[in-house]
Amino acid sequence: MGDKLIIREIEFRSRLWVGTGKYKDFEETRRAVEASGADVVTVAVRRMNIVDRKSENLLDYIDPKKYKILPNTAGCYSVEDALRYARLAREAGISDLIKLEVIGDEKTLFPDTCGLLKATGILAKEGAIVLPYTNDDPIMAKRLEDAGAAAVMPLGAPIGSGLGIRNPYNIKIILETVKLPVIVDAGVGTASDAAIAMELGCDAVLINTGIAGAKDPVAMAEAMKHAVLAGRLAYKAGRIPKKLYATASSPIEGML
Amino acid sequence: MRLTINGDFFETSGTRTLEELLNELDIEPGRVAVEVNLSIVKKADYPAFMLNEGDKIEIVNFVGGG
Repeated sequence: MGDKLIIREIEFRSRLWVGTGKYKDFEETRRAVEASGADVVTVAVRRMNIVDRKSENLLDYIDPKKYKILPNTAGCYSVEDALRYARLAREAGISDLIKLEVIGDEKTLFPDTCGLLKATGILAKEGAIVLPYTNDDPIMAKRLEDAGAAAVMPLGAPIGSGLGIRNPYNIKIILETVKLPVIVDAGVGTASDAAIAMELGCDAVLINTGIAGAKDPVAMAEAMKHAVLAGRLAYKAGRIPKKLYATASSPIEGML
Repeated sequence: MRLTINGDFFETSGTRTLEELLNELDIEPGRVAVEVNLSIVKKADYPAFMLNEGDKIEIVNFVGGG
């Protein structure tokens, strides 16, 4: 199908991207990622366990040759910290992609968009492929595009909230405002949320808690896969306009 | 030589370079990144990078995250 997502000449097999946090163990992570059909997985950058060096590593289960690794700067509340984590992630040598987060507040985990814009500009100049996690603000999306972002990742709702796409109209406006791919990140709680994001015309959806936090993460991963495919197809197919009154589907002609 | 690695004190045995330290720790450099005193060290520089008493070293890798 000639409907591949491409960002900076990188071709993506799937429009569903998944996180690897909050799973019970690496084996469950592996099974859920596989069931999702995703080829992008997000990861966090943290201190290595020096004491127990023989402990297993996430990348033993998620093969970087098979998946595109998208490191994040989760937990960073300042431009300086975000740059530090992003640069470390890049130096690890597995990926030039960075899901840039500059968080503004612990309770909401909403992005500090002033810091985000600054960090995006700096990292883009260094040659990183910057995917900033932003809010559903079309003006900020445009600013991020101008600063050199490779895509924008507006939130559907707060991270881990499962509240779905709270402002579909803003997401729609973002899609009209920027030329970059738009990837909804955060807030997707169930399959219909993912489908809504894709029906709006988003280029991809990134889900972590919506899958990892489900009672059966592997089954939910598969559900999300189908939802993203269905939503994308529906978007491409072009939905019927909404109207208030009925139109008969069956002909009047030939009735007795 | 006494170092601080990921926030903990660590006494090395005759290690002088960053590459030797990673060997001593049995760490495969391929999937990690290293900071010494807040500066990132490029992988290509590990063999020649001399460590000094009291250096603060951070060794990071990728873990599960969203």
